[in-house]
Amino acid sequence: MTKKKMVQWDPADVKAELLSKYPPKVARKRAKQIMINEALENETPEITANVRTTPGIITMRGCTYAGCKGVIMGPTRDIVNLVHGPIGCSFYAWLTRRNQTDAGPDGDNFINYCMSTDMQDSDIIFGGEKKLAQAIQEAYDLFHPKSIAVFATCPVGLIGDDIHTVAKNMKEKFGDCNVYAFSCEGYKGVSQSAGHHIANNQVFRHIVGENDEEKPGKFKINLLGEYNIGGDGFEIDRIFNKCGITNIATFSGNSTYDQFASAHTADLNAVMCHRSINYVADMLETKYGIPWIKVNFIGAEATAKSLRKIAEYFGDKELIDTVEAVIAEEMPAVDEVVSDVRIRTDGKTAMMFVGGSRAHHYKELFNEMGMKTISAGYEFGHRDDYEGRQVIPNLKVDADSRNIEELVIEADETRYRPRKTEKEMKALEKAGLQFKHYDGLAPDMDNDTLIIDDLNQYEAEKLVELMKPDIFCAGIKEKYSIQKLGVPMKQLHSYDSGGPYAGFKGAINFYNEIDRLVNSKVWSYMKAPWQKNPQLSAAYIWE
Amino acid sequence: MLLRHTPKEIPTERKALTINPAKTCQPIGAMYAALGIHGCLPHSHGSQGCCAYHRSALTRHYKEPISAATSSFTEGASVFGGQANLLQAINNIFTVYEPDVIAVHTTCLSETIGDDLKQIRLKAQNEGKIPEGKYVIGAPTPSYVGSHVTGFSNMVKSMTEFAETTGKKNGKVNIIPGWVEPADMEEIKRMAKLTGVKTILFPDTSGVLNAPLTGEYKMFPDGGTTVAELKSAGDSVGTLALGEWCSADAARELDKKNKVPCNVLDMPFGLKATDRFVDALRKIAGVTVSDELALERGQLVDLISDMHQYFYHKKVALVGDPDQLISMTEFLVSIDMCPVHIITGTPGKKFEKRIREITKDMPFEVNVKAKGDMFLLHQWMKNDPVDLLIGNSYCKYMARDEDVPLVRWGFPILDRQGHQYFPTVGYKGGLRLLEKILEALLDRKDRDDPEEKFELVL
Repeated sequence: MTKKKMVQWDPADVKAELLSKYPPKVARKRAKQIMINEALENETPEITANVRTTPGIITMRGCTYAGCKGVIMGPTRDIVNLVHGPIGCSFYAWLTRRNQTDAGPDGDNFINYCMSTDMQDSDIIFGGEKKLAQAIQEAYDLFHPKSIAVFATCPVGLIGDDIHTVAKNMKEKFGDCNVYAFSCEGYKGVSQSAGHHIANNQVFRHIVGENDEEKPGKFKINLLGEYNIGGDGFEIDRIFNKCGITNIATFSGNSTYDQFASAHTADLNAVMCHRSINYVADMLETKYGIPWIKVNFIGAEATAKSLRKIAEYFGDKELIDTVEAVIAEEMPAVDEVVSDVRIRTDGKTAMMFVGGSRAHHYKELFNEMGMKTISAGYEFGHRDDYEGRQVIPNLKVDADSRNIEELVIEADETRYRPRKTEKEMKALEKAGLQFKHYDGLAPDMDNDTLIIDDLNQYEAEKLVELMKPDIFCAGIKEKYSIQKLGVPMKQLHSYDSGGPYAGFKGAINFYNEIDRLVNSKVWSYMKAPWQKNPQLSAAYIWE
Repeated sequence: MLLRHTPKEIPTERKALTINPAKTCQPIGAMYAALGIHGCLPHSHGSQGCCAYHRSALTRHYKEPISAATSSFTEGASVFGGQANLLQAINNIFTVYEPDVIAVHTTCLSETIGDDLKQIRLKAQNEGKIPEGKYVIGAPTPSYVGSHVTGFSNMVKSMTEFAETTGKKNGKVNIIPGWVEPADMEEIKRMAKLTGVKTILFPDTSGVLNAPLTGEYKMFPDGGTTVAELKSAGDSVGTLALGEWCSADAARELDKKNKVPCNVLDMPFGLKATDRFVDALRKIAGVTVSDELALERGQLVDLISDMHQYFYHKKVALVGDPDQLISMTEFLVSIDMCPVHIITGTPGKKFEKRIREITKDMPFEVNVKAKGDMFLLHQWMKNDPVDLLIGNSYCKYMARDEDVPLVRWGFPILDRQGHQYFPTVGYKGGLRLLEKILEALLDRKDRDDPEEKFELVL
């Protein structure tokens, strides 16, 4: 059975210890980003989030370009993504996020390509607009794509290249190719998060609503904020198909231009990653009248719950029955594995510091294995991701994020159509279905656990040292330093080349993977026999 | 097909669009170089995305923690200058992480706005933000000039800031190994030791990026060139710079600044380049080459003769960084293979000239391009197929589409492990390269031969 390793540190002591080494100014700031959770008493204290990174602190965070191109737009397979900048930005986002795509027999798939204007010093000095226009032309001539997306990088904003006008001119010139641009310079905002917002705005402005054609199928939804890492989206789609739910558009795992263009024809938006896509969810509701609900397909029980929510929304007897039948059919295989691994995982502890949503979603999977999450946090979550959307009216946009555009959306004159009457919505709410609602991470965390925003290298190491979790979950930059400490580390961005982890089959994959990691023999090999027993007392045995 | 949109036809030359680059940007090279200084934390003066990307890419290649800090520019800093960010960073880094050295490099952001690193360092010094006995060095590494190789070179050059001339020679030879694996640096030191030459190797990532798993995490592992060694480099009898692109600038700077004469050699990949390296060491030190090195050389020649039938006139496509490609091309030609398509993303006119010289007697037409990309390489392969492809992990997409055996070599290798432990430089490294090439060719032969031709003994 598992050995009890949890060191009985008081969370306030852990927090004090984390802060003790900082210069006073840094300590004051970090104190507000480290919260001891008291959610169970319903006294959720306030956390500071979505604020600038402390220079030199060794943050895990990336930039706005990564949030825009890398996360939201990258996974779309039939749009040519052209990065306007020096080569690095494009190179590092080249196949490094595991957004799987399936082009079908004769579909377009540009996911394996990396395209850049590869700006040189002359472009910095004289401007890069001409080169950008030429690059768009060359991409068009070579590939004849439906659409070309242009992404700005740090120097583009500084030298004043007008990428939007270049894109507009090229779009007009081609006639059959939608060209648009994203002002996602890396220095904007304070993290990837600003890039999500910029991507949401431009997708909504330039693509959503472009195709009014009625798609076949019943129970039409959009799956928002699901990027098909390691095939997660494939597994979710498998389950949708089985249930008879029609997925019009996934934003944006294995997606196509046309999916975005048709998104306004769906009847419900199911939001997975709240942080990255809640803007599109809100805009689709305001402009077209499509309500949204929060779902989570990470965890078998969470998956079942999310399917039931969708069925409840449509209120169709046949759908409700099918969903129940699918759950009943899928669960035995899940139960079999979980009851096996639970013998070896029950009571173990986990820490999770992942982007903007997974630190919450994966808690469900750990719960199912009897594992306790003792500390969690986001790189770039906002307060609503921690505390719930009810705090949104009180959020102040600070100076560092003020320049991120907020689109003003109004109901579409001809296409706005409430999917449910007010009465129907009220009835659904009364029955427990919550619209436009997300509770955030904190209420799901136990009392006295530590919720930490924008965790850095020093704090990660210190946390592991003090609280000795059985597994630590974060990204590639953290992986090997944690493992050097002898603690297994699971990447919850890339899944360490594994997956899917979503849906029923994904849950099984995850249980097996965590079982493997926390029970691997390798963690017992760190000391050689002569290090365990340095005293040399015996003589040569043959003497 | 993974790269289904790549056409065989090459109608017009692309002028503005780079597709599937055979290079990346400067700062990652500077970060790698800085990790080769003992007790050094690399610092990226720009917005934090660069630093995150560079750390991730290096981590994926070495499967090791890569520590580096960043100035985390915001929009305000990007307009008004990043001085305050860097000063704060220096203070925070020395307080929290306690390195001996902070090695600052820049990005396209701080270079475009024109931040003056020297002036900021001076200000940090004057404000007492750099503790006694600690150092901040810096190199400008604009991403819109050259490539990751240029960034590596710029940071190595900045290391010569440490070099002091005391007037008393230390009897050592500086070796600047260039961007090679930690195991290669180890191997270069071993070869030098076998010739009996005392050396200062910088940078040196051995012991840094191949650290053991012991239950203890050292942000600053035991390896790396020490500041004392870097200071002493100014008193050395000479410098051997391995690779024109990676190492020559630093060597020439030492020559200019500290009057340490230098000799720029090719990176010691393959038989001939290793011969020249060992010979140069021998001449500098005035020693006889040890029997052990002569034995290793003989073993490499033996393997070449034993396996020659599988190499002879096989066509190879190559992509990578210029210094490595020059030596590799020479090695392949020297064993009668035929490198026919050669691409580097790194600019430099000398590259094409050197390759043409090395391949001038080859029986096949050679395509060579500096500032090329993998899209062009793929098109060349479609028009003139090859028997083998040598390059980094990104080559696996072309290898699978064209059904060509692939030998992973260069940077980055993201999908295999072990490369950080086994050298490919020197005679020993040559043996390993040949083994890898043979393995790829013979695996393919075993896969493709019809059953009646399937052989036990090869």
